[in-house]
Amino acid sequence: MSEFVESLRSVWGLWLMVVFLGIVFWAFRPGNKDRFQSYGDIPLRDDDDKERQNGSR
Amino acid sequence: MSVFKHHAKLETNVFLLAVGILLTVITGGLVEIVPLFTIESTIEKVDGVRPYTPLELAGRNIYVREGCYLCHSQMVRPFKDEVERYGHYSLAAESKYDHPFQWGSKRTGPDLARVGSKYTNDWHTRHLINPRDVVPESVMPGYPHLMRPLSFTDADAHLRTLRVVNVPYTDEQIANAKADLAEQVKSDASQAFLARYPGARTGDFDGDSSKLTEMDAVVAYLQILGTMVDFTAVKPESIRR
Amino acid sequence: MSAANAALGTQGGASPYYDDVVKKFVLASVFWGIIGFIAGDFIAWQLAFPALNLDLEWTTFGRVRPVHTSAVIFAFGGNVLIGTSFYVVQRTCRAALFGGAGFGNAIFWMFQSLIVMAALSYVLGFSQGREYAEPEWWIDLYLTVIWVCYLMAFAGTIMKRTEPHIYVANWFYLAFILTIAMLHLGNNLAVPVALMGGDSWMKSYSLFGGVQDAMTQWWYGHNAVGFFLTAGFLAIMYYFVPKRAERPVYSYRLSIVHFWALIFLYIWAGPHHLHYTALPDWAQTLGMTFSIMLWMPSWGGMINGLMTLSGAWDKLRTDPVMRFLVSSVAFYGMSTFEGPMMSIKAVNSLSHYTDWTVGHVHSGALGWVAFVSFGALYYLFPVLWRRKQLYSLKLVGLHFWVATVGVVLYITAMWISGIMQGLMWRAYDNLGFLQYSFIETVEAMHPYYAIRALGGVFFVLGGLIMAYNMIRTIRGDVAEGEVQPQAAMAR
Repeated sequence: MSEFVESLRSVWGLWLMVVFLGIVFWAFRPGNKDRFQSYGDIPLRDDDDKERQNGSR
Repeated sequence: MSVFKHHAKLETNVFLLAVGILLTVITGGLVEIVPLFTIESTIEKVDGVRPYTPLELAGRNIYVREGCYLCHSQMVRPFKDEVERYGHYSLAAESKYDHPFQWGSKRTGPDLARVGSKYTNDWHTRHLINPRDVVPESVMPGYPHLMRPLSFTDADAHLRTLRVVNVPYTDEQIANAKADLAEQVKSDASQAFLARYPGARTGDFDGDSSKLTEMDAVVAYLQILGTMVDFTAVKPESIRR
Repeated sequence: MSAANAALGTQGGASPYYDDVVKKFVLASVFWGIIGFIAGDFIAWQLAFPALNLDLEWTTFGRVRPVHTSAVIFAFGGNVLIGTSFYVVQRTCRAALFGGAGFGNAIFWMFQSLIVMAALSYVLGFSQGREYAEPEWWIDLYLTVIWVCYLMAFAGTIMKRTEPHIYVANWFYLAFILTIAMLHLGNNLAVPVALMGGDSWMKSYSLFGGVQDAMTQWWYGHNAVGFFLTAGFLAIMYYFVPKRAERPVYSYRLSIVHFWALIFLYIWAGPHHLHYTALPDWAQTLGMTFSIMLWMPSWGGMINGLMTLSGAWDKLRTDPVMRFLVSSVAFYGMSTFEGPMMSIKAVNSLSHYTDWTVGHVHSGALGWVAFVSFGALYYLFPVLWRRKQLYSLKLVGLHFWVATVGVVLYITAMWISGIMQGLMWRAYDNLGFLQYSFIETVEAMHPYYAIRALGGVFFVLGGLIMAYNMIRTIRGDVAEGEVQPQAAMAR
């Protein structure tokens, strides 16, 4: 049984590593930089601007 | 806004995002839970573990109702100090008929996995009514209300329900469930009852033989805890996993 | 709160969003928060002075403890999460709430009635005996209905959005909603006694028993922490920290990696609640391995939250609301370091079953979850009720320090009592006998239980200060000498 679990885990580990590196590559690919950084501004571009004035400070 | 034209499907389609999330979070549970049902060595092969008597079951339900598991564990870990303090470390087999399990997560009070037969019925009754009568430093709540009559008139339905979830109650046990409730507190409980539930403690539990109380049930449950497996007869290699 | 009021374009005439629903959740959050904190402090005093159990069946520790945990996690935390998610999803999608005010209000009232029913059922003695999943089967079914409605309102709003990208806070909210649904269904599989001819509609037996039941419960229990108390509140962090700091999150790309790594790793960590039990070793090892790995995305997220403030650190000094938000992220970092450490089997052998675990939970629950909630709530009070500013920032500052003293008293008391108790249990004397009887270790806990309960008093006090500040803000009052020029010129 432990053999089965072992083999399961090693294969899974590899698979996971690939997926993880894929996500990291996708997120940090230079071509994606500007696009992602612009997404970060979404909360700051609310329709009712005065809401920001009221809320902060 | 032309930059938005080229993004991956996942971040723009809430359905795909949801599927991605579900696939991601479902794996861990499947890998950790499913094998517990399929790997045979998960539950050790030992003799003696039997379904609870109707009275013990009623007591167990009260144990659950009062939230005893929030301060008492029922799981002795395989450490020298725990084995010396409480007894043999707990086996998975010993709680295989426990629905729900009551292993607990906190020991504000001591572990109860092997409390059975350690104290007298009288000690338990007095302790439950007011713990500080017998243990002055205790911080446990008192449970004087347990001296009220036990209401478990649908004991057979409880046993039938447990059979649905794979507790092997026999037709005979279910048919006699209500009668067995009263039978167990008799000092001369019938041989048929003892044959149905080997090793069950019988007799009056709460010092009040005039009526069947919740206290009878709780003490009957506590007195059976951890006593079903005879560890002097268990070979160490049979419980090693 | 009339229907006309809640329609598109509220009093101010500017907001295209359904904010009256959010207001209700905000009010409920403050109310249930205080109830939950008081319930917790009550049972904390019970452990120091057992006479407070009153020896009545409805007031014992065992029955009130689920009231405390459900009130703070599901009533306080749940209302904060649903309320902020409705606020955030509308704004980041630039779309009004799916289903409108009627649907939102229905979800609100169903959720509040669920809380009341669950709390009453515990006190009256109905419980499934599963930590954090105590409600009996039909209350579970009711929650399932509510949750499906909630998912529809949330995902429906995302579907009709006008902003092309789905902002990362919504990913976290969505993961929280979906995973909680999965966990809730998986962990509450049970057969009602009434189905087999029993009298009671309030009793069921879980489908699984023993070791499988234990694994299922802690798969649920740990991920209630992971997805309710972490993923959901990280969503709050990813919206309200940038919003309050008026600058985008430090690295949006890191937030994507943070998201997938966190939700994938968290789900495996459950078995660390069952170290050295009758759970097979392979499952314990899996749980420990993933728990340790979890340290990385947790700290990635913490860095992302904290660094959002880079270049604006002065706000920590000038803005007590920001102080709540940033301290919460720091507490998050602390407890997500402590957690993986406690999941190491050698450490766990000492910490398990002791107050150390209780302290750990509260450094996360009070320091992280409650603080980030307070920050978001203080942000929302003036915004939702369209006031120029909070009644008093000084009182926010006071709340911050009172609550911080409370948290520090709580967790240090529990560290000491937990480690001490763990060591006393395993201590041997010169002759090779166990040195302490169990009751001696209980006695030794007494001063720390009193200190912990005192810390709880501070925390309750902070909650009351917040409620006062909220009420005065809603009334439109401004504390003397606190009129803020920047806010005054707005509109």
